[in-house]
Amino acid sequence: MNLLFALIILFSLLFAIINGRMPQLSEAAMSESANAVSLVLSLMGMMCLWSGLMKVAQQSRLTEKLSLLLSPITKRLFKDLNPKGKAMEAISMNIVANLLGLGNAATPLGIKAMCEMSKETKAGSAASNSMVMFVVLNTAAIQLIPTTTAMLRMNEGSTAPLDILPAVWICSIASVTVGLIMARFLSRFWRDRL
Amino acid sequence: MMNIGTYAVPVIVCFILVYGYLHGVRVFDVFLEGAKEGIQVSMSILPALIALVTAVGMFKASGGLDVLSYALAPVANLLGIPQEVIPLVLLRPISGSGAMVIFTDIIKTYGSDSFIGRVASVMQGSTETTFYTVALYYGAAKIKNTRHTIPAALCGDLTGFVMSALLVRLMFLN
Repeated sequence: MNLLFALIILFSLLFAIINGRMPQLSEAAMSESANAVSLVLSLMGMMCLWSGLMKVAQQSRLTEKLSLLLSPITKRLFKDLNPKGKAMEAISMNIVANLLGLGNAATPLGIKAMCEMSKETKAGSAASNSMVMFVVLNTAAIQLIPTTTAMLRMNEGSTAPLDILPAVWICSIASVTVGLIMARFLSRFWRDRL
Repeated sequence: MMNIGTYAVPVIVCFILVYGYLHGVRVFDVFLEGAKEGIQVSMSILPALIALVTAVGMFKASGGLDVLSYALAPVANLLGIPQEVIPLVLLRPISGSGAMVIFTDIIKTYGSDSFIGRVASVMQGSTETTFYTVALYYGAAKIKNTRHTIPAALCGDLTGFVMSALLVRLMFLN
């Protein structure tokens, strides 16, 4: 992440010189941070809403049932987590939200899961294997119906906006599988260095 | 089909609250308790988000996307990815809103039911904003060393991109 951050900024500067777009770059450097703040503010509402709902679901033991339902899969993916812990419950909620295509709910629930995981595994500043696994799962789209994409296709006059579904599913499964396999495989080479 | 999306959120919110109430949870009080935690978490992700959004914004403003698209055309060709969707491939992992703009642009220019339009659609539907997710999630958990997350996630993304082009070719071009 450190290298990447430095590289993106460096390349931006180089490309701006080549393309003669220094004024735009300068403007972006000044204004984008404000965009981040408004992004967090808009996310904060969702964050609070779903944290609240998550707490209710936890106290009514709904999340416990859900995580039991998903445990055949999650137990294998997240080996170093307590299968009955709070982290596993948050992970299960996140997976369900992702499948249903509720990106706005999945993100706050995912963030919650990360916080619970860092509490449970007492990870210092390095990611645990389960954390990597979970983030990789979330960087691949696992939703059943890509509603936003379908909507945009319909707007542009597609006759069958959902005819891409089988391709999207196979594609999602392939990229999730490769991502997870790589997450497991590469974990051997990246030891906790910190 | 489109209705599922609009029904899902209200139904789930309602279900959680009614289920909780019936099981003797003091739903309003408990909700407020949880919501309070949400504020703290949102604040903790702000620094990571500022870094990422600024970097992505600067990169887009520099016109680097066009240069990279041009440079990567031969590689994409080799992988069977049409040249026209390269900007989408490059932007998809770093910016969700940026990718949406480019995606709309592509299907507007080439038609959503064309080969290029379909490849772009499958890509858009089957991948996520990788770097945003990584920055957000690790920012919240205060993790500094992300270890092998990015290489693994990018392998997944790349698979998605190559498969999109391949599958559309197999399924729609007979």
